[in-house]
Amino acid sequence: MSELQTVSFYQTGTFTVGNRLLKQEERSVQANMQRTNSLNSGHRACQGCGEALGARYAIDAAMNASNRQLIAANATGCLEVFSTPYPETSWQIPWIHSLFGNAAAVATGLAAAMKVKGKSDVRVVAQGGDGGTTDIGFGCLSGMFERNDDVLYICYDNEAYMNTGVQRSSATPGAARTATTMPVGERPGNSFGQGKFLPAIAMAHEIPYVATATVADLRDLEAKVVRAMSFRGARYIHILVPCPLGWGSASNDTIRLARLAKETGLFPVFEAEYGEIKSALAIRRPLPVEDYLRPQKRFAHLFGKNLAVDTIARIQAKADKNIRKYGLLAKEAV
Amino acid sequence: MDKPFAITLNPGSSLANHTGSWRTMRPIYLDRLPPCNNQCPAGEDIQGWLFHAESGNYEKAWRHLTRENPFPAIMGRVCYHTCESACNRGKLDEAVGINSVERFLGDEAIKRGWKFAPQETESGKKVLIVGAGPSGMSAAYHLRRMGHAVTVMDAGPYLGGMMRFGIPKYRLPREVLDAEMQRIIDIGVTVQLNSKVDSVLDSMQAGGFDAAFLAVGAHIGKRAAIPSGDAAKIVDAISVLRSMEGEDKPMLGRRVVVYGGGNTAIDVARTAKRMGAEPIIVYRRTRDKAPAHDFEIEEALQEGVMVKWLSTIKQAGDSSITIEKMALDDDGFPQPTGEFETLEADSVVLALGQDVDLGLLNDVPGLGVKDGVVEVGLNMMTGHPGIFAGGDMVPDRRNVTVAIGHGKKAAKNIDVWLRGESVHPEPKHDLALFERLNTWYYSDAPKTVRPTLDIIRRQSTFEEVQGGLNETNALFEARRCLSCGNCFECDNCYGVCPDNAVIKLGPGKRFKFNYDYCKGCGMCVSECPCGAIKMVPEEN
Ligand SMILES: Cc1cc2nc3c(=O)[nH]c(=O)nc-3n(C[C@H](O)[C@H](O)[C@H](O)COP(=O)(O)OP(=O)(O)OC[C@H]3O[C@@H](n4cnc5c(N)ncnc54)[C@H](O)[C@@H]3O)c2cc1C
Ligand SMILES: Cc1ncc(C[n+]2csc(CCOP(=O)(O)OP(=O)(O)O)c2C)c(N)n1
Ligand code: SF4
Ligand code: SF4
Ligand SMILES: [Mg+2]
Repeated sequence: MSELQTVSFYQTGTFTVGNRLLKQEERSVQANMQRTNSLNSGHRACQGCGEALGARYAIDAAMNASNRQLIAANATGCLEVFSTPYPETSWQIPWIHSLFGNAAAVATGLAAAMKVKGKSDVRVVAQGGDGGTTDIGFGCLSGMFERNDDVLYICYDNEAYMNTGVQRSSATPGAARTATTMPVGERPGNSFGQGKFLPAIAMAHEIPYVATATVADLRDLEAKVVRAMSFRGARYIHILVPCPLGWGSASNDTIRLARLAKETGLFPVFEAEYGEIKSALAIRRPLPVEDYLRPQKRFAHLFGKNLAVDTIARIQAKADKNIRKYGLLAKEAV
Repeated sequence: MDKPFAITLNPGSSLANHTGSWRTMRPIYLDRLPPCNNQCPAGEDIQGWLFHAESGNYEKAWRHLTRENPFPAIMGRVCYHTCESACNRGKLDEAVGINSVERFLGDEAIKRGWKFAPQETESGKKVLIVGAGPSGMSAAYHLRRMGHAVTVMDAGPYLGGMMRFGIPKYRLPREVLDAEMQRIIDIGVTVQLNSKVDSVLDSMQAGGFDAAFLAVGAHIGKRAAIPSGDAAKIVDAISVLRSMEGEDKPMLGRRVVVYGGGNTAIDVARTAKRMGAEPIIVYRRTRDKAPAHDFEIEEALQEGVMVKWLSTIKQAGDSSITIEKMALDDDGFPQPTGEFETLEADSVVLALGQDVDLGLLNDVPGLGVKDGVVEVGLNMMTGHPGIFAGGDMVPDRRNVTVAIGHGKKAAKNIDVWLRGESVHPEPKHDLALFERLNTWYYSDAPKTVRPTLDIIRRQSTFEEVQGGLNETNALFEARRCLSCGNCFECDNCYGVCPDNAVIKLGPGKRFKFNYDYCKGCGMCVSECPCGAIKMVPEEN
């Protein structure tokens, strides 16, 4: 239908997973009836788990981009535990688990082995939670970056050690309640600290590709995986994956919360190549951070009898800083 | 299988683990009733035909539309499109231009010569329809498609009723009216023009009809007792508009006073303007209280029609009239002030509403008349078994779309009655409320504005005032539809399920749940843009 091409408005455009009005090749991997379903049904993740969703989105896209020639190394954490209770597995791809802190090193080894075997078409990803990435696995990961090993590392950030019962990690936001940062005392919840935003640290290594994404923007996430797969060398994608259990949110709110994290500016969504930011996803409907915090029980103490005005303002300031720094409100972001 | 050191079990798949057992609530797909469909007096499946238009399949869209209403090109011009006031998109930016897409489809059908499929089965029953206005012709269309032999008798020389003898050409070109009427004749409806029915019972008996549908409209202009001199020219609006269709155009003079504030007053004033007169409307209340639609008043003012609000005519002479200023009382009713004014006037046109000519019903036993209109039941049947009625002659809003809706409803009930059955209406679906939508997913898009004829030609010719959309912007406009309450295959549920528990059935076949693995998280419900999924409690 030739006329269709002259109309650039497709009802939902690329906001939805699929769109019957778009050409087949313009549709998402997830819309495809033949998608890999790399992480298959029957896994034991909680209802509405953002990590399970994010992992399927990312790995299906990577499978698609690598002609299904993909091996994954997985750190210990929910993603590993809920997917692979011996002897069952949900993974429909070659997959290896070793330790909590060494996924980057295992993946480096896999990439080296593929190189030795001359299998340059086989691509390697490593994946883990925020604990396995920003805390215990950080040394291995930084080494992988520094050596520019041919691995795509994907961090599923749910902002705490969920698998072991919601303990604080270096990715846990200020004021959040976890099992180890209870909402008691003068400064309830997690302390603010200095923060540790791994995408920025990855960029400091000037590796070929660094990106952030959320489970609320599928098309953006898939595009970033495809872009990452177009490079050789060390690449890093950091995906925000809300966790209903750890965040104390409704199981049907997972995507909404990821969207709110992006729309409030608290989680900047951008991509960088060789240490330089290339683009940022603009905020569509600006909102105050309160809209993001309120639906989560881990922040409930901010909205008790006395509104924690100062703390909320501090969180808002962080969002405002992101908006400035990454140009999130500009029509054409950075 | 040879197992490596320390391995005792074969690798298995998690598919063995039916996580569906965790569920306390289950998602189910459903169709909710879009507010536009709910509102349409002709009962069109608006969301349904827009769905086909969205993919550029205009013929399919037109065929879907005409299942309920055979007159999209007419609708796209004269329907007051209350659907758009109900449209959910209005809460987002602006309502979908349903009416303009409908017109596009109607015009496209005329341009491309699309016809209704010929009727193949015959019921052997005969139905008489009195009146070839929108209500009668709508009933004729539906009854014929049900296989009945239909004869339409009309007193006038042309088809269309008030759409021809009331609504002026600049709003409804006659080629459009003719084309949509002809299509109904083409499916085998017999029409007898210039055939006034004086007694419906006689006509039924003479023609051996099994049932009748009456749709004679309301054509008798209401009079007002205005003290006037012998030379004063006082005429009624309906006859003025009617004579516009004939050879002898009405002679109204230069200064034409139109008395009334309804759509007819506006139309007759705009008609006079186009004939070179200087029309002035006199209405006893204020603009916001006038029964005419505001957009029509606006269009008339743009064209140079003048209005005296809050005024009544006290006296009419041969070249002038006296009007009295009114003031609204506390209850909003106009009261005389004793302040008078004289206006030049070559003629006075009364547009004070119409009464129904009930002459043909004089001898019908059981048939009830109240306040000058015929009483009908929910099935559109009068008190006389087998005689049904609709349109302007029954108590309801008087417009083309309502009349068409009556015709359709009467046709369904006549069919049921002829077969000696009774109707069991299907329960209506839940309304697709705005609150059920997840509007994040829709692209931003402002409404497309239809072109308007330039003002000079609007003041001097009977060319159509409002233009139509072209293919590109009709497609754009169709795609603004949110598909409220009805799956439009955006794949969101299929994508957002963390458990792959949604099965995609393929284009046009929608989706189904795999309850073996659905944990009941409800994400599909939250992320469905159009509200076509809901959670229900598990039974045990
Ligand atoms: C000036 C004017 C403008 C209007 N503009 C609009 C508009 O823009 N949009 C809108 O929705 N509505 C409009 N309306 C209202 C609309 O035209 C009517 O509500 C509608 O036409 C009613 O349809 P109907 O089928 O009941 O009757 P009608 O359209 O009045 O048709 C009745 C038919 O019955 C015939 N008839 C009457 N008595 C007999 C008999 N005894 N034997 C045989 N035939 C008989 C008549 O000749 C006529 O053809 C307008 C009305 C007027 C007067
Ligand atoms: C060396 C070591 N220390 C502690 C653990 C226990 N442990 C397993 S998973 C986990 C937390 C995982 O958190 P994160 O990486 O954020 O993943 P999540 O479960 O949140 O997805 C911990 C502490 C371990 N397996 N190995
Ligand atoms: S604890 Fe959180 S991350 Fe782990 S399975 Fe449950 S929802 Fe997913
Ligand atoms: S958006 Fe579409 S389905 Fe919803 S009310 Fe408007 S026209 Fe109807
Ligand atoms: Mg974690």
